[in-house]
Amino acid sequence: MSVLLFTLILLGGAITAGLVGSLTGLGGGVIIIPLLTIVLGIDIHYAIGTALVSVIATSTGSAAAYVREGITNIRLGMLLEIATTAGAVFGAYLAVYLNPNFIAVLFGLVLIFSALNSLNKKSEYLLDKSDKLAHKLKLDSTFPSKEGKVSYGVKNVTGGFGMMALAGILSALLGIGSGALKVVAMDNIMKVPFKVSTTTSNFMMGVTAMASVVIYLQRGYVKPDIAMPVLIGVLVGAIAGSKILLKANTKKLRLFFAVIILFMAVNMIYNGFKLKF
Amino acid sequence: MVEKRLNDSGLSLIISKILRWGVTTAIIMTLFGGVIFLIHHANEKVSFTHFVENDESIKNILKDTWQGLFVFRARSYIMMGILLLFATPLVRVIFSLIGFIIEKDKMYVLITLIVLVIIFISLSGGLH
Repeated sequence: MSVLLFTLILLGGAITAGLVGSLTGLGGGVIIIPLLTIVLGIDIHYAIGTALVSVIATSTGSAAAYVREGITNIRLGMLLEIATTAGAVFGAYLAVYLNPNFIAVLFGLVLIFSALNSLNKKSEYLLDKSDKLAHKLKLDSTFPSKEGKVSYGVKNVTGGFGMMALAGILSALLGIGSGALKVVAMDNIMKVPFKVSTTTSNFMMGVTAMASVVIYLQRGYVKPDIAMPVLIGVLVGAIAGSKILLKANTKKLRLFFAVIILFMAVNMIYNGFKLKF
Repeated sequence: MVEKRLNDSGLSLIISKILRWGVTTAIIMTLFGGVIFLIHHANEKVSFTHFVENDESIKNILKDTWQGLFVFRARSYIMMGILLLFATPLVRVIFSLIGFIIEKDKMYVLITLIVLVIIFISLSGGLH
């Protein structure tokens, strides 16, 4: 394949990934990795390095808007970043010892989990009081809504912290933002309101991915030739996605992409078991 | 409880601006490099089917990239864009630290420092 064709295919794929990521919250990595490995036949190490670049791009691009609106809980994000970055550094070291086929199968499983999770109806939590530890850590905060500021509390910080460490490890191993796991940690365990948990999770992804990708960069996982169209495409797609978000029927869209992702997941698992990576 | 919080202070605005600037400069740099790259290499064959492990320190990567900018090396401009993108969350954390120091929030100064230490561990971690 010529460089020009390769660049154009990747650019198109990355724009789609950025669009889908911002419309469905699935994150760019889950599309970039199967595209690079299964469709274009690129080694999975390069795919992971490239996908992490796309994770930082989407996170940084959309976090800019959310932080300004005051939805993101910066303290909560910072606290949990200890867990995600430590997990990410650990994951990047672990990656050297793991067989690529094992990583592919694990990726497929996480993909299935993320796709199903994106279809789940989100339960909305709103605690009026934090538990002792969360209060001590000043995690209770407010977020803006149509009816003015809504205040909320947070609980079970230790449980959420542990889940976040796992999210960090998986993020580094698989080149994804692991948004689905982060939302589980914040929604189901810590009972953070959905709006706050999604934006805060997104806010944390940039730093988390960065902690592992600089290790990968030094090992040669990040290739400018592959990263160039991905970085540009993902950002263009994410920006376009945030503009059409209000008009689009995200429910149908989510279902559509969940099916595609399930298909890709099965493909990754199958190829992993056949030792194709 | 009316406490001055980062969320409602001007720092949110600064952080948001940092993120936006980082993304904008990264995309311009990468786009510029990408155009030069395609002009020179459009018809070459692509092959990334086999992974070749490297062991280069971040210091060398920065040095190479910087030097490449002066001779208009396409890949150096792309790499510069990527590095700018990577630096953006780091700068964001540093600014949060400054914010917590200004607010005299000792606990969060400590928490932010821990995050920074972990990032610097990863910066110094190639293969050895």
